[in-house]
Amino acid sequence: MRPVRGGAGLESPLIETRQLGKDYSLGDHVVHALRDVSVTIGAGEMVAVMGPSGSGKSTFMTILGCLDTPTTGQYRLEGRDVSGLDDDQLSAIRNRRIGFVFQQFNLLPRITAQGNVEMPLLYRDVPARERHERARRKLEVVGLATRAEHRPSQLSGGQQQRVAIARALVNDPVLLLADEPTGNLDTRTSAEIMAVVQALHRTGLTIVLVTHEPDIAQYAQRILSFRDGELVGDEPVQNRRDARAA
Amino acid sequence: MKLATTVQMAAAALQTNRVRTALTALGVIIGVGAVVTMMAIGAGAQSRVAEQIRSLGSNLIIVLSGSITAGGVRLGSGSQLTITEDDARAIQREVTGVDVAAPVIRGGVQVVFGNSNWSTALQGVTPEYFRARDWDVTSGRALTQDDQDTAAKVTVLGQTVADNLFGATDPVGQTVRIKAAPFTVVGVLSRKGQSTRGEDQDDTLMIPLSTAQKKVLGTSQANARSVATILVKVADPARLGEAESDIRRLLRERHHLQPGQDDDFATRNLSEILASQEAASRVLSLLLAAVAAVSLVVGGIGIMNIMLVSVTERTREIGLRRAVGARRRDILGQFLLEAMFVSLAGGLIGIVGGIAGSYAIGYIFEWSVLISWSAVVPAFLFAAAVGVFFGYYPARKASRLKPIEALRYE
Repeated sequence: MRPVRGGAGLESPLIETRQLGKDYSLGDHVVHALRDVSVTIGAGEMVAVMGPSGSGKSTFMTILGCLDTPTTGQYRLEGRDVSGLDDDQLSAIRNRRIGFVFQQFNLLPRITAQGNVEMPLLYRDVPARERHERARRKLEVVGLATRAEHRPSQLSGGQQQRVAIARALVNDPVLLLADEPTGNLDTRTSAEIMAVVQALHRTGLTIVLVTHEPDIAQYAQRILSFRDGELVGDEPVQNRRDARAA
Repeated sequence: MKLATTVQMAAAALQTNRVRTALTALGVIIGVGAVVTMMAIGAGAQSRVAEQIRSLGSNLIIVLSGSITAGGVRLGSGSQLTITEDDARAIQREVTGVDVAAPVIRGGVQVVFGNSNWSTALQGVTPEYFRARDWDVTSGRALTQDDQDTAAKVTVLGQTVADNLFGATDPVGQTVRIKAAPFTVVGVLSRKGQSTRGEDQDDTLMIPLSTAQKKVLGTSQANARSVATILVKVADPARLGEAESDIRRLLRERHHLQPGQDDDFATRNLSEILASQEAASRVLSLLLAAVAAVSLVVGGIGIMNIMLVSVTERTREIGLRRAVGARRRDILGQFLLEAMFVSLAGGLIGIVGGIAGSYAIGYIFEWSVLISWSAVVPAFLFAAAVGVFFGYYPARKASRLKPIEALRYE
């Protein structure tokens, strides 16, 4: 049951933004968090988004993840314009097409790893038995099948992040968005997590990685650099790091 | 998302915080318990008042002889004996809804037994009287039609008279003297207590109407069959007013009164006293229920308060659920169900507690309590409504959180 990757096929890129802009009004003046961002990301790419804090990289990821809508411009995901969709439609896209991994892991503390991974399936009415099976399979993918019944507090930081990755994968998304996934982890654990991410990439999953650490960005194929809300750089990675080697 | 899943999720969330859930429910438990208990006490008081009044004769119409006017001076009710035994018989026969009509004459007498004596009210009655007043004997027998037909010298004593003349001895079979004539005591009446006017209803003795007319009180010169009052018992209290006007029409006809001429009799009934006392006790029970309902509302505010805290505490959880695909209505449903769970569980426990409390109060204070579904069911529904009403605001607040802001909430 592989997901239908990039439903529109190779002709149309997975992600395409045109003059994307996002404004926030703070009292009297308007903050341009994002200005004129036009970028294309193909299916199966692994892209790092870099920039200092306040550069707009988080806002960019928020819009890519359909957690917010742009003020101006256009965002096409799998060839479909999602800029004008309503809240329920965006929820459905987040549920079925996108997987999120966060810096803080964001696991529910009182339920098991298995329960956490199953959670997104609750919102698309998957029967309990299928939920168990699918969650178990994704925990195997991240190498945590034996810890399925542990609660987050009984797991190490790296293990928690792997549970979060399994949760992001459980609906077989077309896009994995990772927001500083190694921000709370030490160097060795970071490399372990990046190994998992790169392994997923090798299976054909499109990955967008937001980070402010150049080391981590080197695991990607391509780096998008943001400053003051604008896209200031779009370059391929020369000496790409392979986490398996670490 | 399916309702069953939402229910499971809400139940799981409540289980993780058991103490808080229990304390939140406590407000509703006390509220519902108070409503059930107060309504049981109110209904009990109401039924007791109604029962007391019924014992006085709630379904009685009293027909009194009218007044005569002598030289411009009206001598007051009963000064002329205008109504008769035959009127009583006619009322019983012709007015629909009448159970019995009992003619009565009265007089003050002194009654003597051995060397003790007692002054009391004598009533000359027919056997119908006992039925009209729902009055039984505790020993011996009541007066019979045979006593009436033969004008027998027999008497039935009220409790007060029996106590004063006989003390501990059994009066039945003894002979007393009423106005020097010997009467055999055939029965003693059950205790009736005070009337609404505070008179001792047991300070009386009864003899057959015929005996009273011929041998004790004498008869009116105008009409040997005339009586002071007729007690009319109506089968259905709701038809009291109708029966009363039928009786008036019948008596006017029988007394050959012209239109425009005053009635030569008067009718009274206790339904107004009954109505006002019932209204008073109804107001009382409404008041009790209202006070209890206030505590239920306070319980609801408790739910809202805790749910608001819970929404704030779980902001990141809400953000995460939204990020992985929960729609606004999924979040709304989850929190609303949590609130409803608490209030419904609180409602059920409150009902059980309220019923137990009602019986306990009834037992300890010897009050009559009356638990009815018409009090329990609305209390439960009200609790559910409280859950929805006070749960809605926090749940809506949760569902309106922006996913990205909720995720970043510290």
